[in-house]
Amino acid sequence: MTSPILSIENLTIGLPAGGDRANAVEDVSLAVRPGEILCVVGESGSGKSMTASAVMGLLPKGLPVRSGRIMFEGNDLLTLPAETFRALRGARLGMVFQEPMTALNPLMRVGDQIGEAFRVHGEKGDIRSKVLALLEDVRLPDPPSIIGAYPFRLSGGQRQRVMIAMALALGPSVLIADEPTTALDVTTQMQILRLIRGLQERRGTGVLFITHDFGVVAEIADQVAVMQHGRVVEHGEAAQVLNAPQHPYTRALTAAVPHGRARPAETHAPEPVLALSGVEKSFRRGGGLFRRGSPVQAVADASFTLVKGETLGLVGESGSGKSTLARCVVRLAQPEKGEILFHGTDLLPLGRAAMQPYRARIQMVFQDPYASLNPRRRVGDIIAEGPVTHGVPRDKALARALELLALVQLDAGAMERFPHEFSGGQRQRIGIARAIALEPELLIADEPVSALDVSVQAQILDLLDGIRKRLGLTMLFITHDLRVAAQVCDRIAVMQRGRIVEIGPTAKVFGAPEHPYTRELLDAIPGKAWTPPLEAA
Amino acid sequence: MGAAKLLRFLAARSVKAVIVVLAIVVFQFVLIRLAPGDPASVIAGQSGAADPLFMQQLREQFGLDRPMHEQLLIYLRDMATLDLGFSHRQQQPVARLILERLPATLLLTGTAFLLAITGGVALGVMAARRVGRPADSAITVLALTFYATPIFWVGLILVLIFSVWLEWLPSFGMFTVGAELSGWAHALDVGKHLILPSLTLGLFFLAIYARLARASMLEVADQDFVRTARAKGVPEGRIVRAHVLRNALLPVITFAGIQAGQLVGGSILVETVFAWPGIGRLAFDALLARDYATLLGVFFCTAVMVVVFNLITDLLYAVVDPRVEVA
Repeated sequence: MTSPILSIENLTIGLPAGGDRANAVEDVSLAVRPGEILCVVGESGSGKSMTASAVMGLLPKGLPVRSGRIMFEGNDLLTLPAETFRALRGARLGMVFQEPMTALNPLMRVGDQIGEAFRVHGEKGDIRSKVLALLEDVRLPDPPSIIGAYPFRLSGGQRQRVMIAMALALGPSVLIADEPTTALDVTTQMQILRLIRGLQERRGTGVLFITHDFGVVAEIADQVAVMQHGRVVEHGEAAQVLNAPQHPYTRALTAAVPHGRARPAETHAPEPVLALSGVEKSFRRGGGLFRRGSPVQAVADASFTLVKGETLGLVGESGSGKSTLARCVVRLAQPEKGEILFHGTDLLPLGRAAMQPYRARIQMVFQDPYASLNPRRRVGDIIAEGPVTHGVPRDKALARALELLALVQLDAGAMERFPHEFSGGQRQRIGIARAIALEPELLIADEPVSALDVSVQAQILDLLDGIRKRLGLTMLFITHDLRVAAQVCDRIAVMQRGRIVEIGPTAKVFGAPEHPYTRELLDAIPGKAWTPPLEAA
Repeated sequence: MGAAKLLRFLAARSVKAVIVVLAIVVFQFVLIRLAPGDPASVIAGQSGAADPLFMQQLREQFGLDRPMHEQLLIYLRDMATLDLGFSHRQQQPVARLILERLPATLLLTGTAFLLAITGGVALGVMAARRVGRPADSAITVLALTFYATPIFWVGLILVLIFSVWLEWLPSFGMFTVGAELSGWAHALDVGKHLILPSLTLGLFFLAIYARLARASMLEVADQDFVRTARAKGVPEGRIVRAHVLRNALLPVITFAGIQAGQLVGGSILVETVFAWPGIGRLAFDALLARDYATLLGVFFCTAVMVVVFNLITDLLYAVVDPRVEVA
């Protein structure tokens, strides 16, 4: 075994007084060897990103390093003078961040931003041709035109390629990647993972890869370290940690990963609740007083039927129109064409007043548990607001809200508190309670677990499934995560560029996909060769 | 940004601008009609003779007896040819009055504008780079003081200190009356007279720019791409200049566009306090003398200025921020 190129030894980083724990990172030791990928995996708040920031010397002010060393190429990074450290950053140590949409300077051409990496490290000569070669390396189409483009012209995946090109520009010996694919679509994620893998193998770079996704770990890791509450709880070879986890936390985490096996099919009475036919919705982009914008077809000719008690999964990548379609059903968006039959009544021509009784019967759970609750209102009022609007007396609605909180496993004290006092998972529980307060027949869940940590995700999925069974709900479940879809849906509809390209029973769509795009999506599931081990009782 | 695209943008925006100006002119026309009495009675009143026959003659002479829509058309035609009417008070065409006064006002407001922008942004950047330290607090307090103090009061205090006590600078007018200077000596003389009024006018905006630039710098400094630059090993000085400042200037430009629109109309108070022979004074005098024609001329001129500077701001924005489509 070669000696490590980067080794973090007993690193402890403090938190400001009054935090939920004394140290953000406690006694962490990790080693990255040349040509090897070390995945640090953990849930939000586990200290994994903080560890990466410490290596780059990019810790936020006010977080002191209490003890430990970070040895890199013979120096302790923590004791280096600022200027010496700066010269290492970008040259010997490269870093790629999570959010490609905001990680590039919006006012600077892509070529200049990559070229800057060369210039600030004193490279002379033909920088343009070096940048072109790099863009070629990260397989961006048409490098000469990309070099002069501003970041906003590029998609998320393309921007992440630019970031990788920038990080690898001067051939660093260590690349730090902090959740580099988390914000990307599943097919793009796979391309970026392969790209990092390929470049890293060819150049012999050591990679410190931060992620929360065990699928990604299974896809690319050589070594895995699992972090919880600022500590490394398990550390070892990838195969070992993934398939035979030792620490209870690792076992719980891997068990919570959606297994992706289709659930046993349930039989439902053929009583249609919702029937869509030929729904079309387009938006106009740009335009003004003198010019109409160019139309963008968000949903094209969408048709499907949902029978009572059934869960239909709507899967697709961002921009595929799945959320727009859901918004059309609840009439948050107005389709141009088609029929949306709810128990045989077409909802589309209904006016505001005529729609009102149906609003209670169709409810929605939204993706972002942080943004979808009014921060100035108490949880009890948030849950009771719907019924009160529909004519239920206030005290009765509040009493009902209390019951609902119990149903979503929150304690009664939550009634008087504000949304910001809850964690993401708890807020999503509130969101669910709010939706079912109106006793809907049809629940539309728009990416309800995408913003949550994997263990919380599993809890919310269980909760949703329990409530669905208990209340006999029919559900339209929107997700980009195929593993999740397989677990909760009876049938799956795959959307691509506004069209439903394939629809069928879950087992069939996963087992024998017919449309090439469905196959592409399934191929892109990270770590699909790995099956999470069942938790030993 | 292609030249063809730019031209198309200019053409489209010019059409919009013309529509806006047209609306303003019609509004002005209505405004005149709303004023009690018609111009004939005003003139008659001023000349002291008001028998019905004379009034009738005046009305025919000015076309006031024609139908309303015809009058509007004539008014529009006059405005289109920049015939802003005749000031009976000053016995001069309004257009000539305005043109005579315009350079003085532009000199004053332009100087104040530059002073405010450069000084404000410089102070804001300095404060943001030393956030939380004494220099930051000092700048913030200074900016707040300028922001909260009424303009005329600042003017009076400046006059008191620099003209009355120190006797360094003249306190009114644009040049020394009777000195008959020329060339550089004249320019220097005007420059001296310019300092106090432009300071007075500029300090308020300087305070706004300082606060705006500071907040904007701090906000941008927290953004992801600044961290990217740092991870790239970009030296701190260059991070501030190339990454933070450029992005932080966008809101400053937006506000500068608003201020620039007031270059003509926004200095009435200061021109009056310092007896500066500009448009502001003209408007003020016209107001006191109920000289509607002059007042409306100034109004028109100011409105056109706002429209023009909005256009310039939009163009500038498109140049600075590539995300803004000029289409």
